[in-house]
Amino acid sequence: MPAKKNPIDALWDFFCSLKLTIVTLILLAATSIIGTVIQQNRSPEEYLQRYSESTYRLLDSLQFFDMYHSWWFLALLGIFSLNLIACSLKRFPLVWKAVTQPRLVADNALFQTFANTEEQLLKGKSSSEVGEKVSAFLRQHFAAPVLTEQDGALHFFAQKMPYARFGVYVTHLSILIIFVGAIIGNLWGYKAFVNIVEGTSESRVWPRGSNAPIDLGFTVRCDEFSVSFYEGSNRPKEFKSLLTVIDGGQVVKERHPVIVNDPLSYKGITFYQSSYGPTGDAQIQLQATALAGGETVDLSVRQGQRVDLPGGGTLRVLSVSQSYQNFGPGAQLEVVDADGKRSTYLVLKNFPGFDSRRDAAYRFVLGDFKQRYYTGLQVAKDPGVWVVWLGCFLMVVGSMVAFFMSHRRIWVRVETVGDQVGVKIGGSAHRNQPGFELFFDEFKKNLKSELAS
Amino acid sequence: MTSSLFFNITTIAYFAAMVLFIVYIVSRIQAIGLTATGVVWAGFVANTIAIGLRWREAYALGFQQAPLSNLYESVVFFAWSIALVYLLMDLKYKQRAVGAFVIPFAFIFMIWAQLGLNAEIQPLVPALQSNWLTYHVITCFLGYAAFAVACGASIMYLLVIGREERKGNNQGLMGIFPSAKVLDDINYKAIMFGFPMLSLGIITGAAWANYAWGTYWSWDPKETWSLIIWFIYAAFLHARFTRGWVGRKAAWLSILGFAATIFCYLGVNLLLSGLHSYGS
Ligand code: HEM
Repeated sequence: MPAKKNPIDALWDFFCSLKLTIVTLILLAATSIIGTVIQQNRSPEEYLQRYSESTYRLLDSLQFFDMYHSWWFLALLGIFSLNLIACSLKRFPLVWKAVTQPRLVADNALFQTFANTEEQLLKGKSSSEVGEKVSAFLRQHFAAPVLTEQDGALHFFAQKMPYARFGVYVTHLSILIIFVGAIIGNLWGYKAFVNIVEGTSESRVWPRGSNAPIDLGFTVRCDEFSVSFYEGSNRPKEFKSLLTVIDGGQVVKERHPVIVNDPLSYKGITFYQSSYGPTGDAQIQLQATALAGGETVDLSVRQGQRVDLPGGGTLRVLSVSQSYQNFGPGAQLEVVDADGKRSTYLVLKNFPGFDSRRDAAYRFVLGDFKQRYYTGLQVAKDPGVWVVWLGCFLMVVGSMVAFFMSHRRIWVRVETVGDQVGVKIGGSAHRNQPGFELFFDEFKKNLKSELAS
Repeated sequence: MTSSLFFNITTIAYFAAMVLFIVYIVSRIQAIGLTATGVVWAGFVANTIAIGLRWREAYALGFQQAPLSNLYESVVFFAWSIALVYLLMDLKYKQRAVGAFVIPFAFIFMIWAQLGLNAEIQPLVPALQSNWLTYHVITCFLGYAAFAVACGASIMYLLVIGREERKGNNQGLMGIFPSAKVLDDINYKAIMFGFPMLSLGIITGAAWANYAWGTYWSWDPKETWSLIIWFIYAAFLHARFTRGWVGRKAAWLSILGFAATIFCYLGVNLLLSGLHSYGS
């Protein structure tokens, strides 16, 4: 009967098991699907439109509506990390030892573990003579060997790329580093948004899912927002905000363009173009001519504002539109003349004569009107992002090394056997054995003929 | 000389190669296998020229964009990647019969692009105007293509292994198939190439998202599915070190991985909602 393991050892073995790795990876893959099928982080109202009350309760209690932050998903990631750490702690010292203190002397038992060995007997040469040839050959065709003399035999050991063995550990460590970066970002970073009206400034931003604004410590002004379209279509080509950053009364960035895919960063806080919209009333340029006196004035008015006209009348813009019933830009005006008589005008920018009525007291020409916009910016601060990139870099390097580099070792033993010299060669590679075998066969053949000469 | 002419040649070449590979398996005439591979090369060259011409055509229209901007362009690029990875594999292993299980993927994507998708060259919306798009798409698709080759090898493995176990060798229709050992190796090597590519694809995607939106990871369905694939292939790689998870189970993991890849590529766009839908 096997002795019962103590619980600590059992737990250790559990976390060192590669079966656990596979099960965890597959469980992570399977459960991740849930969050792609159920939309995440919506309001209860939205969910209730889609699911019945009881389904909603069930899904909510399983934390399926924010599953990537649920206790069970985080627990799975925790098991994953522990598994990774335990496995590495268990294996790394062995690999470290194999690399830093290689077996310089291959005994018969070790030779037997090699798939690929070769023995040769040479006549009429001394073992030191042969040893010198072996040493030179190894140096020239493989790597500089280490010589150990033991029990009257010469043992040569040479290796290439021993560090290839660390590729796996770098890869695994990189995953933990990425996790650390993500945790740093979660604890000390934020995601927020801010809407800034053209010509105004903001120094606070509003984090998602919270009402308390965050103080930036500096001020951002939106000087201008513009949107352009591809010719002859409604496909937007570019959204652009010109932002000015003012810190401690100093302008540190002036009219810095921010477009989608090209944000502005200042003091670790990054502003991304995200949305836009019209705000307030448009400023309208009008030219008014009093038909009675012939006097012409240029006006600049906001919608709803009442202004004086030559000849004693007043004007108010009732509405404006960039496309008035497909006639292009247009405005509806209300005019009260000196006698208090009220009349309305429709003026179209592209059809200046459109509203010339016989009884009219005024003629209007509609100029440009400018709509003020606000720009919607996403604001992100993530002090962990560089840790994440470091992890990603190590992952790429580590897995390249793990997959495509191989630790190759060759042992050669030279000893006197009777009146002859015996040479025994063995080699191994920690991966890509077929490739090594091709190399090793060639190596043996050449060494043999070199020694025979 | 327009790109669409060369896309037609590509489709025909992949179809012809597919038929030739099947004839090769049935007839076992080496020359036919060699011809089939030659036809894949021809198709690959035509595919390359077609993508190059389309690039030029977009520039001529005034759009400074790589030909990876909509579903049509991505599908023909996927077919190109599959042909490329297959040909690289063929140079190394010279196992012609594998073509019968890989080139159909390239053909299906080409014919779908030609018949079912809008080939009009359209300008990129602002969210996609970035060099990251190019790096991201190329790395992802090379990964996906390697998984297609691995999947083809796995299907063959499952067909061969039962027979090898029962009879000790495989004969009959599958006599020309590589041995289970070689297929297992192709499967592993293809994933060994595809996995770092997928990792790079996910990383470039994250870098881009961080650059454009300020978050490198937002659990968007497409992102999540690429992570799901990554988990599956990571499980596959570790299966090699665990007794009881090699052979058949590894082959099934590889097939499952490719099914998830296809879902990630197409299913997510067509069935789920998120940031990554190619403009409709
Ligand atoms: C709980 C998680 C994990 C554990 C416990 C684990 C453990 C291991 C172990 C023990 C090996 C074999 C090392 C050897 O003896 O050569 C290995 C190989 C490897 N692992 Fe992991 N691993 C985990 C997750 C991952 C993940 C998520 C990746 C993804 C990048 C990864 C990448 C690799 C690579 C690239 C290899 C080399 C595979 C090969 O040589 O075919 N590991 N892992």
